[in-house]
Amino acid sequence: MNDAAAASATVHPQHGSGTADHGPAAEGQQHPLKIYLLIWALLFVFSTFSYLVDYFNLHGMLRWSLIIIFMLAKAGFIVAIFMHMRWERLALKFAILIPPLALLILISLMAIEGAHTFITRYGAFGH
Amino acid sequence: MTQEATIAGQPPQAEGLDGVVADWSGDKQAFPVHWGKAMMWIFLLSDTFIFSCFLTAYMNVRMSTTANWPNVSKVFSLHIGGVEVPLLLIAIMTMTLITSSGTMALAVNYGYRRDRAKTAGLMMATAALGLSFVGMQAFEWTNLIVNEGVRPWGNPMGAAQFGSAFFMITGFHGLHVSCGVVYLTVVARRVWTGFYDRKGSYATVEVTGLYWHFVDLVWVFIFAFFYLW
Repeated sequence: MNDAAAASATVHPQHGSGTADHGPAAEGQQHPLKIYLLIWALLFVFSTFSYLVDYFNLHGMLRWSLIIIFMLAKAGFIVAIFMHMRWERLALKFAILIPPLALLILISLMAIEGAHTFITRYGAFGH
Repeated sequence: MTQEATIAGQPPQAEGLDGVVADWSGDKQAFPVHWGKAMMWIFLLSDTFIFSCFLTAYMNVRMSTTANWPNVSKVFSLHIGGVEVPLLLIAIMTMTLITSSGTMALAVNYGYRRDRAKTAGLMMATAALGLSFVGMQAFEWTNLIVNEGVRPWGNPMGAAQFGSAFFMITGFHGLHVSCGVVYLTVVARRVWTGFYDRKGSYATVEVTGLYWHFVDLVWVFIFAFFYLW
């Protein structure tokens, strides 16, 4: 990300010229249709795969890991290509993609709490 | 010790409320994108937290209940010619939403090519697909409420938390889709009437696209965690 460092090193970046070499950022995002069609097809493929996981009634770790892999692949393609995040500048990527990581703490805490509640209920009600 | 320390070559910085105004109105721009895009991303970030809270709450109640969770694959199955196909309606809804995401991506692309007819047409196709998604969801809700007896406080199939998690998560997502359909229709109409040609920028189409893709993105997680888990 040398260009990001270069932009911040410039004392007064001119908004127009500063983004000129970043074609897409200047006036919207223009990319070949091919990449959209490819991602579109991939989303169908991954959705079909995740449906088949259920259809063939897979169980255990295999089921969960496949579901998570297909989910993350789909989410990644949507954000990176359809939402153009791949072509945005690093400052915007950081601002949007880093804060949700805080959710991992919430999820961990709630998982611990949920497990604890389960054990307490199981001990108290026995079913 | 004064706070009015001067940074080389710049006038002293104002303090107090004047300082707040000066800082927020300063001629600075962090993100070199259309302002609507930056704002939409920040809105979507906040929306991410809302949906994550719902899904985390769902995880929590599902982990903590001692009753069996209803067999989701069976609850959402459809009978086609006497054969029970698991999760069929949800699969169709997923495909509908992905199709609409594709048409939206193309609409954004044609928008930047200044192709009014194709952009407006593709956006209306996106809105129509979104509407059919909401229609299928209404069918699904009706089926669950009327035929299966699912209520937010209980259901005949298993853990009582199933109903509240289902209605909250899919309801909030359905609300987003419904708002998106209205949003798309308004912007598509403006594309068609040449509003953005006069304005000289089709950035609004991309901003609308961000919202719509986000709705699809949320469904990816709901599909995985609620319907497949």
